[in-house]
Amino acid sequence: MQDFGEAFGLALSLVVSGDADLVEIVALSLRVSLTATGLACLIGLPLGALVAITRFRGRNAVLILFNALMGLPPVVVGLLVYLHLSRAGPFGFLGLLYTPMAMIIAQMILITPIVVALSRQILEDLHAEYADQFRSLVLSRRQQVMALIWDARFSLMTVGLAGFGRAVAEVGAVMIVGGNIDHLTRVMTTAIALETSKGDLALALALGLVLMVIALGVNALVQSLRMTAVRHAYA
Amino acid sequence: MFVKTSRVGVLVAALFLGANAGAAQDQSIIVQSTTSTANSGLYDHLLPMFSEETGIEVNVVAVGTGQAIRNARNCDGDVLLVHAKPAEEEFVADGMGVERFDLMYNDFVIVGPDEDPAGIGGMTDAQDSLERIAESGALFASRGDESGTHKKETSLWSDTGVDPGEGSGEWYRETGSGMGATLNAAVGMDAYVMTDRATWISFRNKGDFVVHVEGDEDLFNQYGVILVNPEKCGNVNAEAGQAFIDWLISETGQEAIGAYTLNGQQLFFPNAD
Amino acid sequence: MRMRDTILEGSNALDLPRVLGGGTCDRRGVTAKGLVLRHDGRALIRDVTLSLPPGGITMIMGPNGAGKSLLLRLLHGLIAPSAGTVAWGGKPLSEDVRRDQAMVFQKPVLLRRSVAANVDFALRARGVKDTTRRDALLDHVGLLGHARQPARLLSGGEQQRLALARALATEPKVLMLDEPTASLDPASVLKIEEIVRDASVKGTKIIFVTHDLGQAGRLADDIVFMLNGKPHDRGPADLFLSRPETQEARDFLQSRIVL
Repeated sequence: MQDFGEAFGLALSLVVSGDADLVEIVALSLRVSLTATGLACLIGLPLGALVAITRFRGRNAVLILFNALMGLPPVVVGLLVYLHLSRAGPFGFLGLLYTPMAMIIAQMILITPIVVALSRQILEDLHAEYADQFRSLVLSRRQQVMALIWDARFSLMTVGLAGFGRAVAEVGAVMIVGGNIDHLTRVMTTAIALETSKGDLALALALGLVLMVIALGVNALVQSLRMTAVRHAYA
Repeated sequence: MFVKTSRVGVLVAALFLGANAGAAQDQSIIVQSTTSTANSGLYDHLLPMFSEETGIEVNVVAVGTGQAIRNARNCDGDVLLVHAKPAEEEFVADGMGVERFDLMYNDFVIVGPDEDPAGIGGMTDAQDSLERIAESGALFASRGDESGTHKKETSLWSDTGVDPGEGSGEWYRETGSGMGATLNAAVGMDAYVMTDRATWISFRNKGDFVVHVEGDEDLFNQYGVILVNPEKCGNVNAEAGQAFIDWLISETGQEAIGAYTLNGQQLFFPNAD
Repeated sequence: MRMRDTILEGSNALDLPRVLGGGTCDRRGVTAKGLVLRHDGRALIRDVTLSLPPGGITMIMGPNGAGKSLLLRLLHGLIAPSAGTVAWGGKPLSEDVRRDQAMVFQKPVLLRRSVAANVDFALRARGVKDTTRRDALLDHVGLLGHARQPARLLSGGEQQRLALARALATEPKVLMLDEPTASLDPASVLKIEEIVRDASVKGTKIIFVTHDLGQAGRLADDIVFMLNGKPHDRGPADLFLSRPETQEARDFLQSRIVL
């Protein structure tokens, strides 16, 4: 129990003192997970929109597949990415293993299915409302996808948040493909795992608290944007 | 639409450039390492000295010895620093490593709850103490992950009359995890556990655990260092990797290893030729 | 009524033939041949053959469930018929043909954007980016002062005028309206009728679904009376409204329930 009190004190002193290592780790966590979320949205939103507006054979199978992929274990994704980026793997020549880019790729793969599955639901509902108007204007598929994504952008922020939340919280994938290298690929979650393995539970917990506060901040920011949008009937 | 596409392109390009900028520093190497050397803080002590002297940046991937060797076999590292001599020699014999150097040693200890339900406190024969734990029915936590420590523990059991595999899931608990996680688990369930001394001294969640068995020759723990063979792995930075090894086994490096202490205790004893 | 006369002059309403369903076929207007729409085994549109003149305001009237909106949707290609064809100016209903048409729905579908952005969207759908034209359109429907406001916070009448501005932005040859004023107050109704009339004067073909007899009297050049999924009666507006040929149309005009 004393760990909790110690953790709060530690977390506070780490944050207040602006501990350089902590700042570096937090910055890398944000950079990796936000980039992964951005890329996942870049791929996942148009894909989700396309599935939302198209009827084709095997569509249900595709929906089930994406829903199932939402539950991909991070370790499995990490392992798959490792096997591809390893020097012995097909993309080894890129020299990406043990770099932040490798971590971004792994997290992107991890959360793209979430973005596809959740955005598909939101965009399908919106499309039900817009479909006649779109058809009347004779829009191309691309124009429809872009318009749907743009008009649902505030609802889709929640989708981005869900993806970001999973990315920033996972440890299995980044541990394997990043290697938890000090000052290069160490992020919040791998640092927490490391401190736990050193038996320094208070410090691990303190880092966990900092991570939660960051997640809370990102959520609050997005939520306030959304509220503004709702007031303007844009969401 | 066009503007957006090109913006995406720039973003992706920037990401790759960023990633390459990190990797493009010629003078950096990746060390596939066992965890004890990293978790005990030895690298934090050594690497700044080495980097300052040579300008070479050392990136440490700390995993179990077994995984470190597997990663090195995939060419995902320049230098291998582990503690499982037979496996290391096999690595070199297979042509994956250039040459193996003894680097330093410490020892393994068997730790457990202060209460000592198996009554092994003060024993000096590792095998005897393991046998007594098995007979007493007390719990024993094993790494179970093919790490250096796990391999050592397995070899100790094989000289006793006990097959711990028969008690697996009952008194013999294989965590399949790193040393730290296994220590956490052992403390959590009052199980005896074998650990290298460096990890033990630096471990912060000891609870009421103490060292019960130490000093047996069989508990000797030798660390070795190997350059990954550049002929097998074209990406290996042989020059910088060899420089790191040379420094570690040089007088300067050996002195630095011997000078590292934690809580007033020396963790590693240099013994390069 | 004076106003209606003006419109009639402006839109060649005089060469409207007094013909019922599909007698002659004016190849410049719309022609439907053997249109059938079935849903769940029920025929909602039954073998409609019909031609409408290329200009003027055609109003489609009839009781609820007669198939007015469905016919409009079939003519615009929003839904595909179970059988039959639709052609405009002799050309089958393709995407190119449909690009020359616009539609305003009973409940306006506005994008979650500003008033101006809703018009911009329609302009850009035709590859045009022209803020001057957008402002002119907004001015035309009396919404220039609201350009920056969120579209979905407009009043019902304003929303429908915005939908009209957006429809007109594509410079359609044919403008279809599906009971656009059904739930609006009288002032809003008149404003919208004014905009529609103006579009007609400028040469846009109007096809207008309504069951408001007053509206038909104010706007229509010719009227198609639908009953049970088929045109039942039709003719120039003044003739139809004063001396309908069928008993059912007479009942409808006298606000009796028509079965």
